[in-house]
Amino acid sequence: MKNKDKFIIAKKNYSSRLIVGTGKYKSMIECAKAVKISGADIVTVAVRRVNISDKNKPLLMDYINPKKITYLPNTAGCFSSDEALRTLRLAREIGGWKLVKLEVLGDKKTLFPDAIETLKSTEVLSKEGFKVMVYCNDDPLMAKRLENAGACAIMPLAAPIGSGLGIQNKINLKIIRCQTKLPVIIDAGIGQASDATQAMELGCDGVLINTAIAKAKNPFEMAEAMKFAVISGRKSFLSGRINPNLFGSASTSNRGII
Amino acid sequence: MTKKNKIKIIVNGKQTTINSNFSLKNLVDKLQIPLNKIAIEYNKQIIDKKKLKKVILSKNDRVEIVHFIGGG
Repeated sequence: MKNKDKFIIAKKNYSSRLIVGTGKYKSMIECAKAVKISGADIVTVAVRRVNISDKNKPLLMDYINPKKITYLPNTAGCFSSDEALRTLRLAREIGGWKLVKLEVLGDKKTLFPDAIETLKSTEVLSKEGFKVMVYCNDDPLMAKRLENAGACAIMPLAAPIGSGLGIQNKINLKIIRCQTKLPVIIDAGIGQASDATQAMELGCDGVLINTAIAKAKNPFEMAEAMKFAVISGRKSFLSGRINPNLFGSASTSNRGII
Repeated sequence: MTKKNKIKIIVNGKQTTINSNFSLKNLVDKLQIPLNKIAIEYNKQIIDKKKLKKVILSKNDRVEIVHFIGGG
């Protein structure tokens, strides 16, 4: 059967609705294996200084081939629009990447995004030809503003980055999903497979997961669990759930009862 | 080579001594960094990797060489 359920970001079709981060792994070998098992075809990457004193230090590109997996450069660790713009312009220079993940943080403790700096950066980057996937709070009004500013995907948090708290505000996420034609991808806060399923059942288009896989006791098993959780949640959403009912409804007919 | 022909610049936050006639291309070659995996910022300006030979380094110049690492 031909799969017509397409996951399109900035006019490109992706086979997996699970995007994975590549941070926090014990080694690059472990990271590459987890990415493979997850089935993801987009991975987030960060831009940092080259270690010039240790030339033999392994490079990410030697383990995850950017020709086979889409690199999504992010602005992790940026606390201002200027820092974020500088980082993504450098990322573009590394290899011509235009699809990027914008993340401008506003608070070191919660890692909540700075909405004003994020909006400002989205406007500038869109004008420069970047395709901007934007990390934001679960605020429908700000999500709309980001869309109007030229974002190509809205990436609201489920809970603080790396917290593993799961989805905290289902209603807002659903409103964000309903009001936009852009893909909505849950970014941050996923702790376990059921959280990913829940995100997909809300109608979200994808999920981005890093810590929940990388820091699991067994990252490979968790990578596989997340892969199936996302597929399962999507199928469940598309299948159309039954209406919830306060009272019971027997599954077996009473006809012929003795 | 005498000390006269050497200059000090800052590469990735670290003071580095190079030959006074060095271009950015010479610097990248000296550091043995694969060009296709990096981007270079020279005194806060991103430099097109095809034009590295044209940039001749001067005393106290600041160079940033970045690449991709794992990140969420």
